[in-house]
Amino acid sequence: MSPLLEVSGLYKHYPIRSGLLRYRNLVAADNVSLTLQAGETLALVGESGSGKSTVGRCILRLEEPTAGSVLLDGKDISELSEPEVRALRPQMQMVYQEPLESLNPRHKVGNLVAEPLLLHRIVGKAEIPARVSELFHMVGLGKEHIDRYAHTLSGGQQQRVGIARALATRPKLLILDEPTSALDVSVEAQILNLLQDLQQQMQLAYLFISHDLAVVSMLADRVAVMYLGQIVESGPTASVLASHYHPYTQALVLATPINHPRQRKQRIVLEGEPISPIEPPQTCRLVPRCPYAQSICSEQPANLVEVTPHRATRCIRFANEHQAGRWTP
Amino acid sequence: MHCSLDLDSVHRKGSAEVLRVEDLRVEFCLPDEDILVLAGIDLAAMAGQIVGIVGESGSGKTVTALSIARLLAPPGRIASGRVLFLGQDLLGLDAAQMRSIRGSQISMIFQNPRASLNPVFSVGKMLKEVLKVHSGLQGRAATIRAKELLADVGLPDPDSVLKRYAHQLSGGMAQRAMIALALSSSPALLLADEPTTALDVTIQHQIIQLLLRLRQEHNLTQIVITHNFGVIAELCDRVAVMYAGSILEEAPVAKIFDSPGHPYTRGLLAARARVGRHTEIENIPGQVPELKNRPDGCPFHPRCAHARDICRVKVPRLEQTAPGHHIACHRWQELA
Repeated sequence: MSPLLEVSGLYKHYPIRSGLLRYRNLVAADNVSLTLQAGETLALVGESGSGKSTVGRCILRLEEPTAGSVLLDGKDISELSEPEVRALRPQMQMVYQEPLESLNPRHKVGNLVAEPLLLHRIVGKAEIPARVSELFHMVGLGKEHIDRYAHTLSGGQQQRVGIARALATRPKLLILDEPTSALDVSVEAQILNLLQDLQQQMQLAYLFISHDLAVVSMLADRVAVMYLGQIVESGPTASVLASHYHPYTQALVLATPINHPRQRKQRIVLEGEPISPIEPPQTCRLVPRCPYAQSICSEQPANLVEVTPHRATRCIRFANEHQAGRWTP
Repeated sequence: MHCSLDLDSVHRKGSAEVLRVEDLRVEFCLPDEDILVLAGIDLAAMAGQIVGIVGESGSGKTVTALSIARLLAPPGRIASGRVLFLGQDLLGLDAAQMRSIRGSQISMIFQNPRASLNPVFSVGKMLKEVLKVHSGLQGRAATIRAKELLADVGLPDPDSVLKRYAHQLSGGMAQRAMIALALSSSPALLLADEPTTALDVTIQHQIIQLLLRLRQEHNLTQIVITHNFGVIAELCDRVAVMYAGSILEEAPVAKIFDSPGHPYTRGLLAARARVGRHTEIENIPGQVPELKNRPDGCPFHPRCAHARDICRVKVPRLEQTAPGHHIACHRWQELA
């Protein structure tokens, strides 16, 4: 089956002024490739500045990629003109982190959900109210919410409106950018369950952008871990979380807060902070923080290589030792 | 390990009670009505203890911390209760007396460290200001002490950090600088309001380790406010679970996780997404009530699967159900 979404060699550079006429590049996405099947969830995991949101925005062409191709249903959309992309947007929609900030405060939320129906002529004008109620029902909101303004709804209800709005155009792909990180625990659980149900009903593909491994573990079939613009490890979620092939993944797993005070123990987690994203080296970018770094790590370019079926890592040391038949993570 | 902070002997003594909050009631006085936001809070922290307050937004956790530090701004008003700090009721002090305690014996750190630091002063300028006011240190002595403090909170290259402004610091560095400022007067009590919420997980872990180290090395008593049970599990000795302005359960941390007694605590713990679990999570139906629509009776009853008539009319008292374990639920015995 050909994938619904295929991203290859995606680059996004932002020029930063560094002198009178000199510019240097801030590398937000560096040779990112990924695929996504219909009905599947791929999680892009990383900390702030890792480039995960940039990748999502480049796929939707909300940002112009510097280089690389994005294939939706086999069709290259990275070369399309703005009007052509707009015609494709109904198929791919985004749900944002801050529901309140992504909803127009001066319109009733019912109208916000009707807007994409109208713009993309999804249904005839006469059918819009019925479709809006249907969408509200799908995301667990009642008819009484249709005439409210966003700020009068709770955070969870606002995010439900954001999801209804994204679903209005009957998309195949939803890009979910930290959809629950601004929500309370009990409400987060409601939204995660909703997303899971909707995916099953509609065979939606999710690109799930998150920093929270617990949430990713629940929702994602596969995971790609990003650090400073690069994917450093990828594979099936359960497998990656159970045995990590990259020290950064290990650090993320170990830094995730424990479930019970009994699990308290001293853990080795990364020291310091990420290096500058302005023209970072092609050698491993984790070296200054990595407890396992060797001299080879700062000498050879670090490439993403598949070391076992479906599992890739950018860790040179892991790949070498794995090849030599010894690796103790 | 090297210890550059010296604290009063008061909280070095094992079992001294540093903080006791008794029946604290806070109102927001709005033009048309007074809204009760804290409906009688009881809380205690012994020297060197880390007490967590966990709850969802609007539960009153931040208002509790601000009231303890007497930083609550209008329309907030402390209606009644006592806040005993080392035996002294802070609510009876005048503004000048309170100012001399706040910042020297009670310090507070906040969720968004970069926004809490003054953007027009360098870290060094802010630190030296506090050192001058609270410790009388000036000039070279203040610079040396400032560097010690920055090194103590794990900031590499203190010389360069001293010259930097808030916007030149990463979130993790800014929180460390904030903690250095809070520690500069060797306080007995640190109030930490969501200290790691705005930070990445690897940085969150570093800050948690730092707070644990401050307790270990300086016996620093801490009240930590968070919505994250993971932070509670990592950091706290005791936990108070807050909901709609009330404490619904209070217990040693292991008790809360092993045998939560209140239906809300159980619901919150079950609602957490966890690594390695991909089934549907149980969730608590409904949502946190707005402050002005605080339900009668038990504040949780509209969302509680076990609610009975009594829960709708009578406010449950926080009662001791086992040594050190307190629950505010009419039905805790039947549900145990």
